[in-house]
Amino acid sequence: MKLVQTLRTLHGNKVGGAIEELHRSENDLAGALLDLSDQQKVDHEIFHVARDIAAWSQEHVRRLAEVGRDYDLDLDPEPEDEAALLARVKQKGAELTGRFHEPTLLLLADLRHLHRMAAGVSLDWEVLAQTAQAMKDTELLTVAQDCHPQTLRQMRWANAKVKETAAQIMVTG
Amino acid sequence: MTQQIDRIAEPWGTRTPYGPGEAWPARVDTHLAEGVAADDVDRWVQSASILHSNGDAMDIAVKDGRIVGVRGRAVDRVNHGRLGPKDLYGWQANGSTDRLTRPLIRRDGRLVETDWDTAMDAVAGRTKELLEERGPSAIGFYTTGQLFLEEYYTLGLIAHGGIGTNHVDGNTRLCTATAAAALKESFASDGQPGSYTDIDHADVICLYGHNMAETQTVLWTRILDRLAGPNPPAIVCVDPRETPVADHATVHLAPRPGTNVMLMNAILRELLEHDRVDHQYIEAHAVGFAELEKMLEDYTVERAAEVCGVPAADLREAARLIGSAERLMSTVLQGFYQSHQATAAAVQVNNVHIVRGMLGKPGCGILQMNGQPTAQNTRECGADGDLPAFRNWSNDAHIEDLARVWNIDSMQIPHYTAPTHLMQMMRYVEDGSIRFLHVSGTNPAVSLPELRRIRSILSQDRLFLVVQDLFLTETAQLADVVLPAATWGEKTGTFTNADRTVHLSEKAVDPPGEARPDLDILVDYAHRLGLTDKDGAPLVKWTSPEEAFEAWKECSRGRPCDYTGITYDKLRGGSGIQWPCNDEHPDGTERLYVDGQFWSDPDYCESYGRDLVTGAPVEPTEYKALNPHGRAVIKAAEYLPPHEQPSEDHPFQLITGRTLYHFHTRTKTGRAPQLQAAAPEVWVEASAADAEEEGWEEGDLLDITTPRGAVTARLRISGVRPGVLFLPFHYGYWDTGAGHEPDGQGRAANELTLTDWDPASKQPIFKTAAAAATRIAASGGRSASAPTTTGSRPVSASVPPTRGDETALVSEQSSTAGGTR
Repeated sequence: MKLVQTLRTLHGNKVGGAIEELHRSENDLAGALLDLSDQQKVDHEIFHVARDIAAWSQEHVRRLAEVGRDYDLDLDPEPEDEAALLARVKQKGAELTGRFHEPTLLLLADLRHLHRMAAGVSLDWEVLAQTAQAMKDTELLTVAQDCHPQTLRQMRWANAKVKETAAQIMVTG
Repeated sequence: MTQQIDRIAEPWGTRTPYGPGEAWPARVDTHLAEGVAADDVDRWVQSASILHSNGDAMDIAVKDGRIVGVRGRAVDRVNHGRLGPKDLYGWQANGSTDRLTRPLIRRDGRLVETDWDTAMDAVAGRTKELLEERGPSAIGFYTTGQLFLEEYYTLGLIAHGGIGTNHVDGNTRLCTATAAAALKESFASDGQPGSYTDIDHADVICLYGHNMAETQTVLWTRILDRLAGPNPPAIVCVDPRETPVADHATVHLAPRPGTNVMLMNAILRELLEHDRVDHQYIEAHAVGFAELEKMLEDYTVERAAEVCGVPAADLREAARLIGSAERLMSTVLQGFYQSHQATAAAVQVNNVHIVRGMLGKPGCGILQMNGQPTAQNTRECGADGDLPAFRNWSNDAHIEDLARVWNIDSMQIPHYTAPTHLMQMMRYVEDGSIRFLHVSGTNPAVSLPELRRIRSILSQDRLFLVVQDLFLTETAQLADVVLPAATWGEKTGTFTNADRTVHLSEKAVDPPGEARPDLDILVDYAHRLGLTDKDGAPLVKWTSPEEAFEAWKECSRGRPCDYTGITYDKLRGGSGIQWPCNDEHPDGTERLYVDGQFWSDPDYCESYGRDLVTGAPVEPTEYKALNPHGRAVIKAAEYLPPHEQPSEDHPFQLITGRTLYHFHTRTKTGRAPQLQAAAPEVWVEASAADAEEEGWEEGDLLDITTPRGAVTARLRISGVRPGVLFLPFHYGYWDTGAGHEPDGQGRAANELTLTDWDPASKQPIFKTAAAAATRIAASGGRSASAPTTTGSRPVSASVPPTRGDETALVSEQSSTAGGTR
């Protein structure tokens, strides 16, 4: 335990920075998923699944804030939430444009964006997990081991949705 | 001994008790038209039930070229002579005067009669136009779970192999998609592990969201006969209603809708906690146990009791029964399949059997049930979002092999993603990228969720809608072309029930007017499209059902559902036969996975599985990394709260469901007088506690609303869980003045349901919506017209009992000797 504390003091700044960065990017990812959900209300599976898995990122934000305290960070455990009003406006817009095929091109672009974001978050987790192992910080390692698989699932989902819809969107426009 | 029984009042008939390991005694049920005696019948023609998934074998009585009744086949392994009410009375619908007898085509906004040539030219012509203008992805096919194997195989070939569209699905998506998905997740391939004969041996039978007493009445009769005999099995029932199954249960768990995964995880955790685990079996035959152990850590009985709203002691007792069973049998149906986290919940039932090592032995069956008579064939033949003979769309070698069977280029078969599921197809119709939809034997304008949306999608001008059916259904009323089809008893073909039993159904009489068998229509369509194989020969090389069956056999060769050992002749005269049936198993196969060997080898399996939360397909490399060669896959799942929760405005949870006397949208059962009279009108169920709180009484007229729509129904105060409303989904509009949509008051339950589906099985969710209810009129002394014999049984004794008239009398002939096994 002592060793861990020493290492935390020695390398705390860099690790703290990484945690802080991940805390921010998980918040962004949750936001992107909720945004996608609102944009694609007429695509019901995307609407619901994006919300379900945004909750994973929100939970990751909480876990990171908690473990961040070990590194003297004061991160907000409450995930950021989009203004509900804005969300409703977007949902209504999605309902109105749902009868036209072109907006589905936007879906592909959104999924591509989401995949890249999740890939970034995934790499950040990779870095944090490696660091935690080197520093023998089991708490941090547990957080990374619990959270990272869900990031990978978010990524695979974005990839799978692109695979599922690309042909219909591109060819039968 | 022969007796006459009113089978409306007594749906399961007379008991013939038997003990564990004994043969189920035969009892032959016969119902004939008024004034016809068995001796008057000209011919008895072999068939099986088309009004549910049980596969009850029967002979159709023919007199003067007309169907005059039915009689159960004592020789058959499935029913040992028994028939349920839907079959005993439902045959009368064939002779309805409002059958479609000529094709219809839309002219100046109205459907008018036309000839076959004009109708088929319009259908094929529009297909060809769209193929040229927009390509194959503008064409979609939505079929059913009620055609025959030969027809599905032909449809799959035309759509996937000929037209080259990925958009093919069946209404099995609404009823049995989760059964298939759960089997694919756990065993890497579809295929029912168990057999109905497991009922003869089991000491504990669990029914998960499966009101078997109403959906498969004859199978339930088998359980009732075990319960009436020596050493009866214990029954565990999971259902938010007090169904007839719950009445006979040792433990009845009535969870809050949408919490099945929580419930199953808590039961599994108890099993692990008390080490009711077959470690040897898991070691030798499964992967994924460590992940399950880790997942279950947080799923305590106490937490589940809170989330599910079920007493902790009952959960423990259920787990104790399951954990101490020596021969454990489980069945699963819509309470899991049509609810939140459908596949994840159904998979946990498989997990119970895997961790207990209860597979492949007498009494140790899993039945991931089907709802429809031929749903298994929709799945097998590639007409429902799967490829024929359980081929894996993400395995290129399987596509090559299918192309070989069909003699086409493998690039012709779309396999860049899973075949499009129905709800996604409806989305593509909505956004205008699908412009031709062929609907056969199903009625989406009543059976799909959120009907206002569905009606608006199906009535778009830019959509060319073809409906192939027996009657002018709600959906047919919206069509551009309506093709009159022949049905059961009017055409020949085979179909397979929920325990893999294949039956032959022979033509007994001619179809009415110009109506044609679906197979003939499909073959005609293929020829008009000029579909050919790579040598320029016709793509569809058959015209008769038996030729189609022989072609299918070749397609199934070496696959899990191997039919190569079955012929029409072999199916004639005796009992149905369970697949796989081939050189190795010439008499069929009673139970799968007897040796603990599963079809999970990556090169052989039907599916690599999906993420149970996101639905993302597992990539081949990920699957191989699991190292599942020949082993079952234990797949753990986290609980997620339902997507629509009760609120101040919508305080109730709404579930929809079925009643014993009707099938689907009553297209047939609503035209059988005894069945229609037993359940003539929609009703809504609420608990006595809620009724008291709201000041409602039996028979009051309620308005049920959700953000999607409204339904008006009379109240039945029943044994449903407090806080939950139940609506039967059978009642549409074809027999109302409005025709295909509500005229003022809605009565189709799907006016209310939400558009949401399980991401893994893509099965729509009909059992978690938040709803409001208000009284709009007092009963005035009338009670709801819901059956009193079933799950809708009233809590008050003052409601008149459900009875049949003299035409409902059925002859039951019991023998002391058992039938075949």
